[in-house]
Amino acid sequence: MDPVLLSRIQFGLTISFHYIFPPLSIGLGVILVLMEALYLKTRNPLFQQMTRFWVRIFGLTFALGVASGVVMEFQFGTNWAAYSRFVGDVFGSALAAEGIFAFFLESGFLAILLFGWDKVSPRVHMLSTCMVALGAHFSAIWIIVADSWMQTPAGYHVVQSVLRSRAEVVDFWAVVFNPSTMVRLTHTVLGAWQAAAFLVLSVSAFYLLKRRHVEFARTSMKIGLIVAVVASLLSLVTGDFSGRVVARYQPAKLAAMEGHFPASAPAGMYLFGWVSEAEQRVTGIGVPGMLSFLVHGDTTKPVTGLTAFPPQDRPPVNPVFQAFHVMVGVGTILIGLSLLGAFLWWRGSLFEARWLLWIYVFAVLLPQVGNQLGWFTAEVGRQPWIVYGLMRTAAGVSPSVTAGHAVASLVLFTLIYLLLFVLFIYLLDQKIRHGPLADDLEVAYHRR
Amino acid sequence: MTMGLDLHVIWFGLVGILLTGYAILDGFDLGVGALHLLTRKDEHRRLMINAIGPVWDGNEVWLVTAGGALFAAFPEVYATIFSGFYLAFMLLFCMLIFRAVAIEFRSKLPGRRWRQVWDASFSLASIGCSLLLGVAFGNVIWGVPLDAQREFAGSFLGLLNPYALLVGVTTVALFMMHGAIYVALKTEGELHEIARGWINNTIIFFTVCYGLTTMATLLYVPHMSQHMRDYPVFFAVPVLTMLAVANIPREIHFSRDFLAFLSSGATMVGLMALVAIGIFPNLVLSRPNPELSLTIYNAASSPKTLTIMLIIAGIGVPIVLAYTSSIYYIFRGKVKLDTMSY
Repeated sequence: MDPVLLSRIQFGLTISFHYIFPPLSIGLGVILVLMEALYLKTRNPLFQQMTRFWVRIFGLTFALGVASGVVMEFQFGTNWAAYSRFVGDVFGSALAAEGIFAFFLESGFLAILLFGWDKVSPRVHMLSTCMVALGAHFSAIWIIVADSWMQTPAGYHVVQSVLRSRAEVVDFWAVVFNPSTMVRLTHTVLGAWQAAAFLVLSVSAFYLLKRRHVEFARTSMKIGLIVAVVASLLSLVTGDFSGRVVARYQPAKLAAMEGHFPASAPAGMYLFGWVSEAEQRVTGIGVPGMLSFLVHGDTTKPVTGLTAFPPQDRPPVNPVFQAFHVMVGVGTILIGLSLLGAFLWWRGSLFEARWLLWIYVFAVLLPQVGNQLGWFTAEVGRQPWIVYGLMRTAAGVSPSVTAGHAVASLVLFTLIYLLLFVLFIYLLDQKIRHGPLADDLEVAYHRR
Repeated sequence: MTMGLDLHVIWFGLVGILLTGYAILDGFDLGVGALHLLTRKDEHRRLMINAIGPVWDGNEVWLVTAGGALFAAFPEVYATIFSGFYLAFMLLFCMLIFRAVAIEFRSKLPGRRWRQVWDASFSLASIGCSLLLGVAFGNVIWGVPLDAQREFAGSFLGLLNPYALLVGVTTVALFMMHGAIYVALKTEGELHEIARGWINNTIIFFTVCYGLTTMATLLYVPHMSQHMRDYPVFFAVPVLTMLAVANIPREIHFSRDFLAFLSSGATMVGLMALVAIGIFPNLVLSRPNPELSLTIYNAASSPKTLTIMLIIAGIGVPIVLAYTSSIYYIFRGKVKLDTMSY
């Protein structure tokens, strides 16, 4: 088999698995800050109980995030050595900054969050919670700076260095604030908030349906719902901005997202559809002129299509189209579910609407699907480039890694991640079953 | 070769400091893992895991950050080492994952079998990680085949040469000694006495390994002592390292566990300094063609990037050190099991 394809599959597998956890940490960070601030303000033990419960869930997602993330930090070197040599001067800085500013902060203060309840004052504990949340967001900032530079490279020049020609930094701030950093950062962080908000909604709804920890579940649900409403609505706005940045800087990706082939013609948007790349046609239902409207504010203005690019410069169309459309669909459903919950809360019947609670129990999966497919759209849409317009993916792979090596590591990771995933679900389930009063239960069996 | 304090030399030092920080911090929790199966009592095993409980995550971050710094400052080295030692690093990552999972899951269920399986995973993974890290270091000291493009041109089995394996075993011994001192520092009563016994044995184990490694290095890796012959002042480093090792049993004898721990940390600083003095200015020595080596000059990022990274490190590292030491201070004292324990 082809080492390039194997390395791509491995990267995709490891990043997808890893990306289950950081969004939960980022979003739970915000929710924990809210809960603990309410505790400090009201001194109501209920809020402390909530904080303690969600800290434990946070600890679990963080541990899995670290375990799966160590691999990510080194995988550019192991499988993408040629890429690393070419962009290390630019790209490496962002990764190093992530380590220094984000990981230390998050992991250090998490120790206080988890194990420091009786060792520090409530204020110091609150400060630690803020630092952990901040660390999680710093991590998002630097990794998105790095990834956005691959999408819309800026602030660099390609020069002959000692051993080979490579990209070097000219303007650091132009690298950091490259054209897509801000829109992608806000969109990603909001996606993360939704992931955590819907986890809180799901667990709370489960307790309400089972009539357990009712007071705890109602209050948690309200906090989750507020975050869900804010994040899902803002996602719509940032998604729109993001689309315009893609239109301007990565027209081939935008064309693939909507399956738009004519080199220059007004373009519509599909609700759903199927792209035939051979016939250069989309079968589906959509709104004509909508894409032109979103990009230019005018339904008749032309949008650059795929045939404007030579075939070797086009991303795979149907996968990008499908990923994008399912993501948009999921986003829309999340807005609907959040607003519906908020409406029923206002009407005072939220906690009796068992059908909605049942939907919430399972809706925890939706933001995960949306986040994964969002990344998928962004990264597959960037193909065939590893750095857009600058370096092809096939040129970035490690020359010294054989197909045999890549198969071995791929099998190893698949097995380990399967095990890890099963254990994660098992432990999450255990923690949820024990509930917020689990303290007593844990003492009982630990002391056995 | 210039010895001036230019950006390249500073970054050579900074990456060295990050790796030393990693060795000292993750070294003790890997060591605790390596010793884990030596006590059969469940309570002891729980105490040992909880002694590293609040900090092992953060300790691993040092490795991640050292990797990031290597990528940013010396991308050629990052690319050559990690793609060249591919299978070795993949094994290391899998063991690191396994180890994290074992810590997290071991105490979740009371079943004997369940705990035995995770105990074994935790301990074997800790030994495996220490060994592989040592083997990687051994190969960097020994030299590896590189081609004209600076790609690794050797094989996985070639990495498992006797010298590298010796350095690997020495690393395991070093971490076990360091971990034993940490256990003594963090526990009281019966386990404390057991840990004192481990310290005695691991010091002997380490001293024997260290002696063998030193002899092998002097005999078979003469380039490592070249700088010491050229600048005899560097001879102070091995002397101080030996004194640091010798001081450990002394501090333990007087029950000053914390000073013993510092002494063991100082030993690691000394050993890393020895490696740094030996390989400078090479980062990856090419054997048999030394002219193809990756040095701090040909493997580095541009001066501009090195300067930017220096500013980032200058802002970030003092803050990290400040709160990391505060956190260690908050968790000082003997470990006790409570409701939040593993």
